[in-house]
Order: sequence, then structure tokens, then C-alpha cells
Amino acid sequence: MNKRREISQARQQYLKRQKNRKIFVISMQILIIVLFFAIWQLLASTGVINVFVFSSPIKIVQTFGDLLASGNLFYHIAITFFEALVGFLIATFLGFLIAIILWWNDKLRDILEPYIIVLNSLPKIALGPIIIIWFGAGTKAIIVMAILIMIIITIISLLNAFLACDKDKIVLMQSMGANKFQILTKLIIPNARTEFLSVLKINVGMTWVGTIMGEYLVSKAGLGYLIVYGSQVFKLDLVMTSVLILCLLAGIMYGGVCLIEKLLNKR
Amino acid sequence: MDKEIMKLDNVGLIYQSKNGETEAVKNFSLSVKEGDFVAIVGPSGCGKTTMLSIMSGILKPTSGKVFIGGKNIYESKTYIGYMFQKDELFEWRTVWQNIMLGLEIKKQNTSKQQEYAKKLIEKYGLIDFVNKKPRELSGGMRQRVALIRTLVLMPQILLLDEPFSALDFQTRLSVCDDVYNIIKNEHKTAILVTHDISEAISMADKVIVLTKRPATIKKIRKINIKGETPLKRRESPDFSLEFNNIWKELDR
Repeated sequence: MNKRREISQARQQYLKRQKNRKIFVISMQILIIVLFFAIWQLLASTGVINVFVFSSPIKIVQTFGDLLASGNLFYHIAITFFEALVGFLIATFLGFLIAIILWWNDKLRDILEPYIIVLNSLPKIALGPIIIIWFGAGTKAIIVMAILIMIIITIISLLNAFLACDKDKIVLMQSMGANKFQILTKLIIPNARTEFLSVLKINVGMTWVGTIMGEYLVSKAGLGYLIVYGSQVFKLDLVMTSVLILCLLAGIMYGGVCLIEKLLNKR
Repeated sequence: MDKEIMKLDNVGLIYQSKNGETEAVKNFSLSVKEGDFVAIVGPSGCGKTTMLSIMSGILKPTSGKVFIGGKNIYESKTYIGYMFQKDELFEWRTVWQNIMLGLEIKKQNTSKQQEYAKKLIEKYGLIDFVNKKPRELSGGMRQRVALIRTLVLMPQILLLDEPFSALDFQTRLSVCDDVYNIIKNEHKTAILVTHDISEAISMADKVIVLTKRPATIKKIRKINIKGETPLKRRESPDFSLEFNNIWKELDR
């Protein structure tokens, strides 16, 4: 396979088909987004939809420009992004740590099982008022909200992945004289790498849910704040602009996780 | 060569579980000499794998004693190699890193040990694959890597728990030959557990037939089939004779 061979005609055709298919998919993807905004703008310009309620792409661009000019845009983006990132990192790290502790100690695992199940099914937003009272109406409360949303499912997913390890592999390690710590670091954790990556992907979405929910409850700045504020004063342009920026940010963060996945798989 | 390397003295094991007590092994006594190839066959679910766990020192018997080289197994530091139904290679490690696993655990990852590992790898035709991941190897090669992984720890005894059952029949025969040759080449003592009678008589000098649970020795048969390798043994006319003997013994 390493040697250069002459590519057969069938192979050439196959490669061409694959390439054409890819081009088609990408152009359709671009077409959809262009059409979406074009139709939206068309309906707004012709007065079919009420611009006051539905906003319009042009208005969104104008709002974006205004925010940029006033210097507020990056301030709000930075605050929300910071909250989402910190929540994501803390929840993932803590969840990982707790999952390890529960894997290590099966008695503790049995004791805590019902509590974890109840906490998992509890809608975390119900805790909102309590969090505000405990952590104050600010950034801290928002980050705690985001952490709460992610941490339980992180613990459950990772613990299940740890426990799903092949028994024979553990016996193999034991027959070589491995202690529990070696089994954990050389087998259990690397064996759960696929699940760990999928947890990262889930959390990278969930952290935005938690952050924006938190900002709805308490905030003086951030994209969630802009959305709530915009809807209260009926500035739908502001709401739509903020939502679009959120889409972009979430996409960028997801892309980052995919990059980590690629690097890990390469090794 | 006639030194006794492993001795089981009246070993018994009773499992405790929610549903009650299960007697898995009863009055099991066995003596294995250096260089022996012993096969243990028995009806499925009779506790063959349990026997291997006891012999490797992972599972403590509820009665009786296990000796390795004259010493109690829990006091002796001797390493006992263990091979499983699947190769149990770690997919995230390269072939080389897989082979180094035991040395890392024992913190013996010295250049002298690595030299020995390299020698084995070269001798058994894996030199071109050291930096490959296990998934890039065929089933037979994977099993060979698994064998070398245990051999680098210089085991006195190798325990084989149906090591070929995950392979298709064609590969199984050649891998069986392969593993047998490596074990004989390295002068290792081996204990094979299997439900496949033909596999047992093609490899072992001694076949132990077990009873149903609780497992105890029903019969020990010395195998005297001409042929230097398992494949050649299978061609011998004595083979089917021996097969019938053991098959009848199992059936009774």
C-alpha cells in the first residue's frame, strides 16, 4: 500500500463520485442558510411578516453593528463565554473525580445510588431560587447552575463506563501483580476514553443551557441577559442577534472538543 | 526436568453468593512437573476457569493448599502467566506498549528487560508491527502478542484459558501450532483449560478429565501420540482413538 500504484479507472471514478458528493452536501448546506435568511428578509421587506415581532436579517446586522460600535458586544460575549467555559471545566473535572471515587469504593457507590438517581431526575432549574440565595445574584450563581446541570449526568456516564470494563482485562492486570491504582490509571481510565469524549460533547452543549438559564434568572450582563432584556423592552432585533451569536459561540466550542477528539485518536 | 513446579493439595472452593453456597471445586490434588503440558477438560460450567484463578493465586481456595516450586503460592513471588479466551490487548496501546504492560506494572522496565522483549519480538516475527495498534493485526498475530506480553515477565508456568476459542477454526489450528511451538521453544510449563477434546490431546502430554460441578479429577490420561506439533498429532491414527477414550470418559 505504501508503494505508489497506478490508479485504476474504476478507482478514479469512485474517488470522483465521493468528491462530487461532498461538494454537493456542502453547497446544499450553504444554500439552506442563504435561502433561510433571504426568505426571511424578503418576507420582512414585503411586509408579509411584522418586522417588529420577527425582526429581519438586515436589522440584525444593524443591531450587531450598533453593539460593536458601543463596545458592549465583546463585553457581553466575554461574560457568557467565561461562565460557560468555567462551568464546563469545573463540572467535567469534578464529575470525573467523583466517578473515580465511586468506582474505587463500591460501598459508597451503593450508599449514594438512590441520591444520584433522584438528583438526576430533578429539574435543576427548580433549585434556581435556592442557588440565588446561597450564591448571590451574580456570576457565581450562574456557574453553579451550569455545573448542576452537567455534573450528575457526567458522574453517571463515566461511572458506567468505568464499570463496563472487561473483567478478564482486570484479571490480566491482577495476574501481573497490579494494584488498584495501576488498574485505574493503566486500564479503567484509558478504556473509558470513548465515553469520556462523548461526555465532553454532551457537556459542551449543556453548559450553554445552564449558563443561559442562569442568566435568565440572575444577571446584569451576558448574552442571556441581552435576550431577556430585549424581550422585555420588545427589541426583537436584539434578541435575534444574541441568539445568532450564541449559535456561533456554541459551534466554536463544539469544534474545539472535536479537535481534542482528533488529537486523542491520533495518539 | 522432573522437578515438581506446581502442586495442588486437596484444594476445595465454595462460593458464597446471595442465592446460597456453591461448591465449585472439591478434593482437587495435582502435581505438575517442569516442562509439562497439562490439559484440563471437563463439561462446560464445571469450574475450569475457577481452577485457573486458584492456580494463578488470584482466587484463594477455601480449603487445601497451592504450592509453586515448593513454596506456598501467596508467599512465592513467582509470576504465573495467564492467557485468556480473547487476547485482551489494550487497543489504545501499540504492540510494543502492550508487551511492556507487565514490566511497567512490576516497575521492571529496564533496558535489560527491554532487550529480552525485543529478542522475543524478533524471534516470533512481530518486529514490523511493534508500532502498530492491535486492531491492525490479524487474530492469530494478536494472540501471539498476548503470549509475548506474558513471556517477557519470564513466567515459570503459563495458564491458558481456552485461548483459541475466539478464533475461527482455520486460524485456530495454525495459532494453536504457533503457541505450542513458542511454549516448547521457551521451555515453559503450561496448563491449558478447554472444552475442546481434540485441542487438549493435540497439545498436552497429560489430559485431566474433570467431573461435573463440584469439579474433581475423574481421570488422568497420559497422551502418547507421535508428532512434534499439534497439527501433526492430529494426523496420527492414535489421535481419534485417544479422542474416543476421553470423550467416553467425559460422557460417563
